[in-house]
Amino acid sequence: MGKVIKYERDNIDTDVILPGTYLKLHDYDEIAKHAMEGIDPNFHARVKKGDFIVAGKNFGCGSSREHAPIALSHCGIKAVLALSFARIFYRNAVDGAFLLPIEIDEAAYKKISENDELEINTDKNEIKNLTKNETYPMKPFSDIISKIIAAGGLFKYKPD
Amino acid sequence: MNITEKLLAKAGGKSSVAPGDIVFANVDKVMIHDVSGPGVIKVFDKLKKEGTISVEKLWDPSKVWVAEDHFVPSAEKISAENIMKLTKFTKQYGIEKHFKYGMGQYGICHTLSHEEALVLPGEIYVGGDSHTNTTGALGAFACGLGHTDVAYVLLNGKIWFKVPETLYFKLNGKLPENVMAKDFILKIIGDIGNDGAAYAAMQFGGSGVSDMSVESRLTLCNMTTEAGAKNGIVEPDQKLFDYLAARGATNYSPVYGDSDAQYQKVYEYEASELEPLVAKPFSPENIAVVRDVSGIELDKSYIGSCTGAKYEDLEAAAKILKGRKVKIRTEILPAAISIYKRAMENGLLKIFLDAGATVGPPTCGACCGAHMGVLAKDEICISTTNRNFPGRMGHVESQTYLSSPLVAAASAVTGKITDPRDL
Repeated sequence: MGKVIKYERDNIDTDVILPGTYLKLHDYDEIAKHAMEGIDPNFHARVKKGDFIVAGKNFGCGSSREHAPIALSHCGIKAVLALSFARIFYRNAVDGAFLLPIEIDEAAYKKISENDELEINTDKNEIKNLTKNETYPMKPFSDIISKIIAAGGLFKYKPD
Repeated sequence: MNITEKLLAKAGGKSSVAPGDIVFANVDKVMIHDVSGPGVIKVFDKLKKEGTISVEKLWDPSKVWVAEDHFVPSAEKISAENIMKLTKFTKQYGIEKHFKYGMGQYGICHTLSHEEALVLPGEIYVGGDSHTNTTGALGAFACGLGHTDVAYVLLNGKIWFKVPETLYFKLNGKLPENVMAKDFILKIIGDIGNDGAAYAAMQFGGSGVSDMSVESRLTLCNMTTEAGAKNGIVEPDQKLFDYLAARGATNYSPVYGDSDAQYQKVYEYEASELEPLVAKPFSPENIAVVRDVSGIELDKSYIGSCTGAKYEDLEAAAKILKGRKVKIRTEILPAAISIYKRAMENGLLKIFLDAGATVGPPTCGACCGAHMGVLAKDEICISTTNRNFPGRMGHVESQTYLSSPLVAAASAVTGKITDPRDL
């Protein structure tokens, strides 16, 4: 269970999630202090453990910096719910076991509001909005992605 | 199968693959730099602490190479310490190909990949940088990965890939004068959007691509990342073999697509219809014809990066700047020392300096807004780089227009966005 921080925009890129000047940092908690600084300098102060980000399409486009999912997960973000994801952000989030990248549809994207409380059930592919008492579908993870998530990241995953 | 499918099938030990299949591909070459390297070291440290996976040695240090590019020259102590960490890592694991700042050939990782022929046709190449796609112009499957994935490759020599759908971009005819490969790729990104090739391969072909230099093809593949592509690729040809031979590489096994290769979609362009373009702030898909935005006042012109500071990019800039003076701050940073040296030997650096531009050392610094010339609030820059998201080159309220080196140089001369044909 966690609250929603919503950005109603597409193409939230890695320069926004963790600006280039901080790429020199490799301490995860230090990185986290600058999460979302590009568009939301107050993010680090207001985010709580277990919160969710909700955003439009192509979330995480841009660079391959693993700093992006690291910054978000070390702030406490459990999952990003977006219309779609850029590929490197998606695989970094899963292979490094930092957070869940969850694809939602337009209807859910419109209905979920800032501060709504959500609960995610990946077994049922369901998102429950406890504030509005609504349920939305999430796009099921592909076979390999579910297995890597279940294993706890790529290093713990044993290929068939 | 098309070339991307054939490369992944071969590397995955399968007789054939189709889009959507998962393969564990054997990797031929791996690159890390001074951002992804320390990131990988962090993953190794974590694994060491957990104690279940050995990080004593790499799968094959001879297949790994290391670049120092994002934070050189070190602007402050954290960056300097990262370089030390990287140096310690390469020594500990016996990686010999470490291109060090201040010690002969060094430069931007993607530029080294072709200048030094570090990646060859038919290979699977992964790098800890999103613009690893660049090197697909050498007929390889070249794809960017994050720190965890690269650490996995360094220890296991393989990584999983979903076989991508392929979008084929066919260019008919020769590019007109003053139009560069950069204009073609900007046109494509404007047409298909920032996620127009998400998870897909972008293949370039047709008479216009055959006609292009290898360096121009590198520009095309470089910016496939900006359309969300997994890889960019051009089929090998004699021009590529000659380019590699000039760099001492002759021993490799090129792979080609079958004659009945399938593509998800084919896009056709007539070269004669292309003209100089820019991507306006704040997105590479935000394309405008230069003549429609000419006159916008600028503070800086930046000719640098893996995208826009290869030798032919500098040559293009020199053609414009010869005998002229710049009206705005103009920074020219060759993308590798080998290019810097050629530019010196052939008189390009003198042309730049006579024009009033500053010539700097190879670095990613200003392109990623890290150091070496970042933008202030409200500053407007025209740049031969690849991204212009908010804050990309400095302050979040600075603005970057992406263009070809010809447009960036012409704009430097007038201080306004300028079509080189109107100079």
